[in-house]
Amino acid sequence: MKVHEYQAKEIFIAAGIPVPPGRIATTVSEAVAIADEIGRPVMVKAQVHVGGRGKAGGVKYAENLEATKIWAQRILELTIKGLPVKKILVTEAVDITSETYLGIILDRVTKKPVIMISAAGGIDIEEVAANTPEKIHKFAVDPELGLRPFEARNLAYKIFRDIKLVRQVADIILKLYDVFWKVDASLVEINPLITTPINEVIAIDAKLNIDDNGLFRHKEIEDMRDLDAENESEIEAREAGLSFIKLDGNIGCVVNGAGLAMATMDLVKHYGGDPANFLDIGGSSNPDKVLTAMRIILRDTNVRAILINIFGGITRCDDVATGIVAAYKELKPEIPIVTRLTGTNAAQAKKILKEINLPTAPTLDEVVKKAIKLAGLDED
Amino acid sequence: MSIFINKKTKVVVQGITGRDGSFHATQMKKYGTNIVGGVTPGKGGTKMSGIPVFDSVAEAVKATKANTSVIYVPPPFAIDAIYEAADAGVSLIVCITEGVPANDMMKVYRYTKHRGIRLIGPNCPGLISTDQSKVGIMPGNICIKGPVGVVSRSGTLTYEAIWALTCAGMGQTTCIGIGGDQIIGTNFIDVLQAFEDDKATKAVVMIGEIGGSDEEEAAKFVKNKMTKPVVGFIAGRTAPPGKRMGHAGAIISGGTGTAEEKVKALEAAGIPVAASPTQLPVLLKEKMDELKKKAKASKKKVVKKTAKPTKKVAAKKAVKKTSTKKKK
Repeated sequence: MKVHEYQAKEIFIAAGIPVPPGRIATTVSEAVAIADEIGRPVMVKAQVHVGGRGKAGGVKYAENLEATKIWAQRILELTIKGLPVKKILVTEAVDITSETYLGIILDRVTKKPVIMISAAGGIDIEEVAANTPEKIHKFAVDPELGLRPFEARNLAYKIFRDIKLVRQVADIILKLYDVFWKVDASLVEINPLITTPINEVIAIDAKLNIDDNGLFRHKEIEDMRDLDAENESEIEAREAGLSFIKLDGNIGCVVNGAGLAMATMDLVKHYGGDPANFLDIGGSSNPDKVLTAMRIILRDTNVRAILINIFGGITRCDDVATGIVAAYKELKPEIPIVTRLTGTNAAQAKKILKEINLPTAPTLDEVVKKAIKLAGLDED
Repeated sequence: MSIFINKKTKVVVQGITGRDGSFHATQMKKYGTNIVGGVTPGKGGTKMSGIPVFDSVAEAVKATKANTSVIYVPPPFAIDAIYEAADAGVSLIVCITEGVPANDMMKVYRYTKHRGIRLIGPNCPGLISTDQSKVGIMPGNICIKGPVGVVSRSGTLTYEAIWALTCAGMGQTTCIGIGGDQIIGTNFIDVLQAFEDDKATKAVVMIGEIGGSDEEEAAKFVKNKMTKPVVGFIAGRTAPPGKRMGHAGAIISGGTGTAEEKVKALEAAGIPVAASPTQLPVLLKEKMDELKKKAKASKKKVVKKTAKPTKKVAAKKAVKKTSTKKKK
């Protein structure tokens, strides 16, 4: 789960990491009031869950209240990469003498948290990694020992020599590492971490991604979820315990298991169709899940056929079949639905499905081909 | 022969009185797994379908000499369950639980590794050594005995691949799902090494998916260290980028974790990659035939009439046996 910059900064403030003063606004007048309170030039920053906000015109410097008013208005009218801007962060504009990148990520190769620091801050770190990887210093922390102060200092020395700056940066690294553990982060980033003419070190941006598996013990973070940033179907799917990602294709897919769901999509493409979604109904086989899944997929008007591919293990085919029948009766779909249910209780499932007499196929390859054929795509 | 588990494996089930634990304990027992006990705090002294239940893993191990634990407890308790099993002295821990926080896993991984304990999972379907033992949730009836080892990061996709092999008459030694999480106890390379060392395994199927760089590392290992044929499948060619993995992870791994990159890495290492799981047995047969030809050609050069040919016959027999079994 991603949290917004302003939310990440709230967490930083609680951890003692210095950030410039600022607040969130949803209207132009609120933005102007916050700028007036700050009493100095401000930055107006769009709060959307996409990268490249700056390039899209979502981050602007406002010298005075008049400029704040103009930029707040324009940014609140923006749609960045498909996401409308509904919130803006108005924050003090600080004088910058240097920009550093600082980040901590969970690295699956070393199976350790890795701290990255680079003097090439303020720009896209992926570009730095691709073009000049030697400019990024990395340190893998022993997760059992934790980060020790001298290690944080050694990282700070890579960029700074002035001991006053080194101490401040090392302190921020230690605090950021605490944040990483405390909130079950998979990524925490400050880009840039800046120094000012009077040698202060301040985090002027903040990025924080949370490991979804850790959310059960962080209600305070779950409450930060921005429902505006997700579409209706994704919210409905998540609440039903489904894993769903909408795509632009025309064959709807209902599958159990993430790997098999991906493999099914790949085969749809392989045989000339285009998957309309990724959908994993998960391990248990509550018939309601199938109903929700079908409802979500049928809402997409691009979909010309639905294929249901279930390999029963924990998931019981008869439960899925019950869900299909319920969905068929309730939703009355006008497009073809092709099923392939194999594994646990497949025989019972077959009996249940007899009632609605849907086309079936015995294997993965065949169910995919049949769905494409019935969607009329093989003749296009 | 098999890897990691066999007839002698003595299993204790953590969370045996829960919904999943009780169902799968029964299923495992039915398959022939030597389930010696279960653990649910507060239910010690009772029985679940004839299996004695203990209050702690330590008590269960002491009473039953179990050497393996399989974990079905909910995510908030899974980490503690792994530590408990590790301290109780088992040598293999299989964690089925999905949704274990990755940060905790970084610590647990090192804890078990330092103590020489093999951890499989979390978020995995477990493993089956055909006709000997099943630890986890895989459906046992899709496996038949034979010479192929299967290793995968998925659950149901693994079943699909096993089923394709079985339908083609290619039976399995051990099938293992290592888990789909970012931090897992046992990686591809650990399993590939075990299959390479296992005499009964003559060929290997590996099933990967997008994210991370484990498949790339495994491909290098196959090229440099393995003598047995390996074929592969990679899921996620059509997955939208950036939906599940943060780009910063890719910075460190030196790749972006896409299916294209993984397919390329596997093919460069001489591992044929199937377009569909049903193609796996076809590719595997081609690869095995190719190696046999090569072996024959090199044998002609070095005239030697030792035990080697009989080995080949044994492998052939195994395949034959499984194919007749299928017809029944």
